[in-house]
Amino acid sequence: MRDFWTIFNQSFWTKAKTKSFMITTLIVVAGIFLMANLSVIIEKVQNVGMFDGGADSDTIYVVDESGQFLEPLQQQLDASESGLTLKSTNNSIDDLKSKISEEEIKSFLVLSINDSEIIEATYTSENANEFDNPMVIRDALQNLQTNLKATSMDLSPNEVSQLFAPIEFEQNAVSSSSKTEEELSQARGLVYVLIFVIYFAVFYYSNMIAMEVATEKSSRVMEIIISSVSPVKHMFAKIAGVGTLGLLQIALFGIVGFLALKTSSSDLTSGVFSFFGFSNVSIDTMLFAVIFFLLGYFLYATLAALLGSMVSRTEDVQQLLLPMTFLIIIASFIAFSGIGNPEAGYVQIASYIPFFTPLVMFLRVGMLDLPVWEPILGIGILLITIFILGWFGSRVYRGGVLMYGASQSLKDIKKAIQLGKR
Amino acid sequence: MTLQIENVTKKFGNFTAVKDLSMTLEQGSMYGFLGANGAGKTTTFRMILGLLDATEGSITWNGKPITYANSTHIGYLPEERGLYPKMKVEDQLIYLGQLRGMKKNDAKIASHQWLERFEVPHYAGKKVEELSKGNQQKIQVIASLLHRPSLIILDEPFSGLDPVNVELLKKAILDVQKEGATIMFSSHRMDHVEELCEQLSIMHHGESIVNGTLRDVKRGFGRQNVLLKADFDLSFMQQMDGVTSFKQTVEGGVFQIGEERIAHEILRSALKQGDIRHFSIEEPSLQDIFIEKVGKENA
Repeated sequence: MRDFWTIFNQSFWTKAKTKSFMITTLIVVAGIFLMANLSVIIEKVQNVGMFDGGADSDTIYVVDESGQFLEPLQQQLDASESGLTLKSTNNSIDDLKSKISEEEIKSFLVLSINDSEIIEATYTSENANEFDNPMVIRDALQNLQTNLKATSMDLSPNEVSQLFAPIEFEQNAVSSSSKTEEELSQARGLVYVLIFVIYFAVFYYSNMIAMEVATEKSSRVMEIIISSVSPVKHMFAKIAGVGTLGLLQIALFGIVGFLALKTSSSDLTSGVFSFFGFSNVSIDTMLFAVIFFLLGYFLYATLAALLGSMVSRTEDVQQLLLPMTFLIIIASFIAFSGIGNPEAGYVQIASYIPFFTPLVMFLRVGMLDLPVWEPILGIGILLITIFILGWFGSRVYRGGVLMYGASQSLKDIKKAIQLGKR
Repeated sequence: MTLQIENVTKKFGNFTAVKDLSMTLEQGSMYGFLGANGAGKTTTFRMILGLLDATEGSITWNGKPITYANSTHIGYLPEERGLYPKMKVEDQLIYLGQLRGMKKNDAKIASHQWLERFEVPHYAGKKVEELSKGNQQKIQVIASLLHRPSLIILDEPFSGLDPVNVELLKKAILDVQKEGATIMFSSHRMDHVEELCEQLSIMHHGESIVNGTLRDVKRGFGRQNVLLKADFDLSFMQQMDGVTSFKQTVEGGVFQIGEERIAHEILRSALKQGDIRHFSIEEPSLQDIFIEKVGKENA
């Protein structure tokens, strides 16, 4: 057991102390703070006007051919707190267009009314990808038109508001496992983020294991190690060491993320906060996330160690890891596509396939009110697979680490088992 | 504390890597293991270490097979450098010492003593990849001796070392032998084996074709060299009975003979022709034996 902890410590600390690991961690921490305060930063930069090239985007020049819309439209815009200012102009349209290209003005609006008393508006700006202002103006004009029509039909404001009163719509579900729409939209964000974290972490740390094993093998230090400690012990101590490091790193990111969002002052972030369902984080979901990360990691790390033990040079690791990489990517595809429809048949089936379980079963647990036996069954199958793979992996590993040669293919697994046979 | 290898055979599929190998290493002895590349030396070492299992036969250390339970008594130096390139020398030695059952502090003290002894204490804080090949080999040797093992297996310990360091290492090996360790090493350098080992074995295609004490091996070879220096041509004697080969040299010639009696006959007939400036009977070198035994089969 002492050997186990010696290897555990070694693989934990040598990895934790490497410059690349520290720098990556710092960059991600900095990134999290940056993202959390992104809206504040964007606002600040916009206020400075850095992106606007001098022209004021809040001022819209209006060519009002009927001469009756400018004022009520401005009132509408003020009422909706859009912050837009309209300025009447008598310049010709060509003139205004050239002014836009010269960046003297940002945009202009041409208003007229046709024979059937419908407002016709043309909004012109440099690019068609401007999105916010046209939207606001369009809504304001729509209101204006409604008021205009109402007046012409002699409707009282009360009658108008009755006419446009919104219906009350509520969505209920019969299936016992589905959450209410409100719960679902709350869960969706959290689950989405956590699936991404699990996917990324399992992928990243499994790769780390394979690289570690291949490095030890290519530097031949492996021969010394396995002459002192059994390869199986070495393999699992290494997996546990790197796994613990991973868990701590993710926990650090989680805490930093939480602090960053709490301390960032912008309203928008708190909006994002609640949109992603972080405002009332479900303890169950978090717990399942940790469980599925650990299980997924053990499954893939064992596979990675097995594959890593087959190569003689670190350059060949990626090639041999390819099939494993595909498995993780397929799992993530199923999980991400399942967010929109977690009760789909293929999602259900996939959640019991061990290589997909960590992501897909987590998706279902997070999005649906599953009966307890479902995740437990999934976890059970996963555990059994991990044990089988661990047993199989240690046999391959035992021979694989002694095998040096040019060919690196999955066919060598058979050779490795023969070599490691006791 | 005897290492006993009895009728060991190792097969990889249809390929026989080691065939019916038997040997006994008494405690405190030094055993030289010779053989061309691919002769089965490393496979034998791996079987002794318990990394591979013998297909047939048994290997015991002190009456018990070597497993991870008694691996702390064994020191191993693999043929190629086996160190973490990016780890510091000191950390590395402590880690490898710990894996061999040492306490962290003991490992630290011992590794500093050894670095001192090999005249490289200033490398303690350096990464292995920053060291020269020879210095890496020193670290590798320290890693195999650090935990005071009683059975030491050295696969090509002298490769990559300059003559000064070879002497340093030889002395260190002889010192640990004096302390009672049993040492087995392989080498391509016959002179090292001749100098250090009481016992030796020459492997060829997985079989031990020569083995025993150095003296027995030389005697058993059944040939001696006769060195003659004279001012006249000696080649007329190469057809004499008992002379197996003759090689002309600048100052005279070398005869290879089966029995010592022939040497004196050569001398007598040479003296009839003229004066002899030098006459000596020499034992064959291991080099001769190796080339004769291994080289002939290859030819």
